[in-house]
Amino acid sequence: MTVIDSRRTPLTFDSIVPGTGLAVALKLSRADLIATVAASNLRGRGGAGFPTATKWNLAAAAKVAEGECKFVVCNADEGEPGTFKDRVLLTEYAPLVFEGMTIAARAVGAKRGILYLRGEYVYLRPALDAELARRRKDGVLGAAIGGVAGFDFDVEIRMGAGAYVCGEETALIESLEGQRGEPRNRPPFPVDTGFRNQPTVVNNVETLAAVTAILAKGPEFFRKLGSERSAGFKLFSVSGDCDAPGVYEFPLGLTLRELLEQAGGTDAKAVQVGGASGVCVPAAQFGRRIAFEDVATGGSIIVFGPHRDMLAVAKNFMEFFCEESCGQCTPCREGNAKLLEGIRMLERGECSTAYLRELRLLGETMQLASKCGLGQSSPNAFLSIVEHFPDEVLGRSLAAAGGTR
Amino acid sequence: MSTVKETRPGTDRAPVSQNPRPLTYPPDASQSIGGEVSVQIDGQDVKVPIGTSLLDAAKKVGVHIPTLCHHPDLRVAGVCRVCVVEVEGQRTLQAACAYPVTSPLKVHTHTRKVRQARRHVVDLMLSTHCGECYSCKRNNNCELQKLAREYGVDFFRFGHVKASRIPKDESSYSVVRDMDKCILCRRCVRTCIDLQEVGVLEAIGRGHETRISTYLDKALADVVCINCGQCINRCPTGALHANDTSDEVWRAIDDPTKHVVIQTAPSPRAAIGECFGLEPGVPMTGQLNTALKLAGFDKVFDTNFTADLTILEEGTELLVRLHDALVKKQPTALPQFTSCSPGWVKYLEHFHPEYIPNLSSAKSPQQMFGAVIKTWYAQRNGIDPKDIVTVALMPCSAKKFECNRPEMDSSGFKDVDFGLTTREMAQMIQEAGIHLPSLAKSGFDDPFGDATGSGVIFGATGGVMEAALRTVIELVTGLKVEKLFEHANIVSVRGFEGVRLIELPITQVASEVPEIIRKHVPSFDFLKGVTLKVAVAHGTANAKRVMEDIRAGGPFSECHFIEFMGCPGGCLGGGGQPIPTSPEIRQARAKAIYAEDAGSAVRKSHENPAVLRLYTEFLTDGPCGHKSHELLHTHYTARGKHIG
Ligand SMILES: Cc1cc2nc3c(=O)[nH]c(=O)nc-3n(C[C@H](O)[C@H](O)[C@H](O)COP(=O)(O)O)c2cc1C
Ligand code: SF4
Ligand code: SF4
Ligand code: SF4
Ligand code: SF4
Ligand code: FES
Repeated sequence: MTVIDSRRTPLTFDSIVPGTGLAVALKLSRADLIATVAASNLRGRGGAGFPTATKWNLAAAAKVAEGECKFVVCNADEGEPGTFKDRVLLTEYAPLVFEGMTIAARAVGAKRGILYLRGEYVYLRPALDAELARRRKDGVLGAAIGGVAGFDFDVEIRMGAGAYVCGEETALIESLEGQRGEPRNRPPFPVDTGFRNQPTVVNNVETLAAVTAILAKGPEFFRKLGSERSAGFKLFSVSGDCDAPGVYEFPLGLTLRELLEQAGGTDAKAVQVGGASGVCVPAAQFGRRIAFEDVATGGSIIVFGPHRDMLAVAKNFMEFFCEESCGQCTPCREGNAKLLEGIRMLERGECSTAYLRELRLLGETMQLASKCGLGQSSPNAFLSIVEHFPDEVLGRSLAAAGGTR
Repeated sequence: MSTVKETRPGTDRAPVSQNPRPLTYPPDASQSIGGEVSVQIDGQDVKVPIGTSLLDAAKKVGVHIPTLCHHPDLRVAGVCRVCVVEVEGQRTLQAACAYPVTSPLKVHTHTRKVRQARRHVVDLMLSTHCGECYSCKRNNNCELQKLAREYGVDFFRFGHVKASRIPKDESSYSVVRDMDKCILCRRCVRTCIDLQEVGVLEAIGRGHETRISTYLDKALADVVCINCGQCINRCPTGALHANDTSDEVWRAIDDPTKHVVIQTAPSPRAAIGECFGLEPGVPMTGQLNTALKLAGFDKVFDTNFTADLTILEEGTELLVRLHDALVKKQPTALPQFTSCSPGWVKYLEHFHPEYIPNLSSAKSPQQMFGAVIKTWYAQRNGIDPKDIVTVALMPCSAKKFECNRPEMDSSGFKDVDFGLTTREMAQMIQEAGIHLPSLAKSGFDDPFGDATGSGVIFGATGGVMEAALRTVIELVTGLKVEKLFEHANIVSVRGFEGVRLIELPITQVASEVPEIIRKHVPSFDFLKGVTLKVAVAHGTANAKRVMEDIRAGGPFSECHFIEFMGCPGGCLGGGGQPIPTSPEIRQARAKAIYAEDAGSAVRKSHENPAVLRLYTEFLTDGPCGHKSHELLHTHYTARGKHIG
């Protein structure tokens, strides 16, 4: 996947003066601070769309063990294929991201912050470290931040090691603890049993930057954008068969067609929304909205032009999941391998329709019974491609098998 | 000797029986006294304490949910996904073993989705599983096989591996790894890392490439495996099993020139009934003796004989060490550690080799017996020791390694030729067409005869200590143990608590030292006013805790004598015992063992007439004398953590 990060639209973040959001936050009580975020209707930008204020409320109420503290973790693992918007944020708006972490710490009462940085982004490290040093010097990190007695918070950077699953918040925490990056059972959730078994808020880079914007400009501004259940603006990483790939900002709720018009991809035959773990939307459904209530995405939009072989697309995604499954639970570990094997059979025209039906049921099982979001979403692309492009999938089977099946 | 004070070690680590990452949710829910929540499972309402797993809640109303990666001794994993159920209001299915109930829920355990998921999960496991049940050690006692039957697997939906892909690792004397049959439930990993804290096995690789491996993929014989076999006992399939030498034993039985004797340890008889469908805790001592004779063994001896012998040797060694330290003021390695558990011994050799001087030099009862059989017994009966084959029926997989230690040949021959596990013996008995439970009882053969109750309790954690105390107390104080402890039951050393520390102030000593040990210790006066401190630890995780405490100069460093057992529960929970195992099963076996002790005519090792005869006829220079040093004592190897 080619990675492009040229910005295609003006970003709201350009208009935020660093420091304004935190200054507002420090004037509010912790409860009012969370209420402000709640009023914005902000939902997590990492993909799952969990309401940020709800997460913070749970963490704020959770108890800390003696001698321990709460944590705020910024999830900068950005591993979803076709996603590169967090990199833009970390490159150009790092002050807003760290400010968002500090606001989150204030809200939940955390003392330590960790930026979990995707291994490949190690080149950003010197700049990020310099920004942290600058913030400590300015008194917006460290002891008694902004002169508020007892508000102590600092951030450290930890590097990921290239496993996609480590973007899943509990696997991320295992990895932070020095274990194999494997997701935990949930519940308990990180908000009460997270890093070192202490209450931990894990938020996406963009979520935290958005928090800063919300505090700076007020929740109303944010809530007015987007749809009723999907408030605010959102960054999109658009790649694939379009004229202008890059990072876009749109209010949530726009249709795929609107997005493709901007990116110059109106002749697409399908769009993969949400990366490898997202769904494949065929041209006939380009009227669908990008929103949590319709097709959700953490930001990844991959455009497939008319010449694309959709079975090859499905195969590409399945190969990715076979490599990236942590191998812990049966449905995902073995199921992805079976789906990939099935795709290979389809390619060769060796997959009977009965077996394809079984594989679709297997996909359902994986969605239902896998331990974490990876296995629960890994069959999505395969299932939607089989559903929307039966001719490309089965046609080849019939043709290659001489129409005997 | 009037008060018995029990202290608990002040460690910040959880006892092994506890889940290191508690399932209870929210984490402080367990403390909220009386907090209950109601769940509806398949239409039945039940109230359970907050934090109870859905699996346990279902059990309460008699709803069976299948499990595979779940094990009562291990922390929750939630990885196999065979236990998934539908919780109303949840988009995905939930693993019942890993889902704590914290609010009222409605649960359905056999909807279409659930049945489909379970069947797929079993199908997927079978698709990578290479094994033929009829040639498998776990045939008829395999959780995967059982699931396949219960969940209606009628064909291999997603294929099946026909040819072996992974060579077996048969390098270890004790444990065979047949990874063709592994279904990656990781119970062995959790056993080795969390329960035993040895850390030999770990999952490596990702996705479909995931497999269970050892450090640098080395053979099991070349890593720090202590041969405890606890992983075998918790593996749901035939992927792990003991290194079975029963065919060689059959060959010896078939060979008319061989005199094949078997010694049986206390724990197998308390458990072997389980292999014949009996409830745990039904002792089979007499029936087993009959069965072994029927199977073709020439003589059947009771390992308890050498357990009693061990007490005299190890007890004398302790008195000598105390005398050296307190009277001669010599630098002496104290506390003295027991050496009868070969898993523990190898653990110490790998992880704490600098403490080897603390290990009693006395061989284990198994090895003592081998040496005595190939010397005294051979002489007495005019049999050439080269024609004797000694077999040991043990609850333990590490005993197989122990009998193959190169230094175990003091009789001039291999002291013990073969170690067999309880499971392997049950198999041999079945092969001989014998139905164990319906046999008549019979006794043990002479010249060793029936041993004492002290020998029997070696099978349970705390048993060696209790046996040693019965003898040492009586010899040192000159008082009958029954005077000090009701029915001579020293209950403070019993139980399944991970670590126990007991203090026994010695207020009175005997005026005379028994003749048999007088040359080592001329008088007991030096012990008057001394508080004897002893401790018991079972399972290497607890042993590790005690060793760390000793290193740090904590309360255990002031002990005089510590009993260590490699396996949780002691030998009755050994790696050669019937599968499955659980805290309840081990409790039941312990009951059987203590019942046999209580029913014994002689209950103190130093009163065992056969042992006394051995000292008068053969080991004439007494316990820890020259001859016994040659035959009954051994030395150890500092192995360290980096080997191979
Ligand atoms: C397999 C997998 C990979 C994920 N990768 C990321 C990631 O790279 N970045 C991210 O922010 N969230 C990722 N998530 C989502 C996180 O688990 C978590 O929901 C998110 O960080 C929460 O932040 P938010 O509420 O601010 O979105 C991933 C989830 C799964 C299941
Ligand atoms: S779903 Fe996949 S990635 Fe998630 S726990 Fe299971 S095997 Fe690991
Ligand atoms: S492990 Fe179980 S299912 Fe596999 S061959 Fe052995 S008995 Fe059969
Ligand atoms: S025998 Fe014991 S030490 Fe060896 S791998 Fe199994 S559990 Fe670990
Ligand atoms: S060896 Fe046995 S216990 Fe270990 S993962 Fe495989 S099947 Fe499970
Ligand atoms: S038994 Fe519950 S997931 Fe394995």
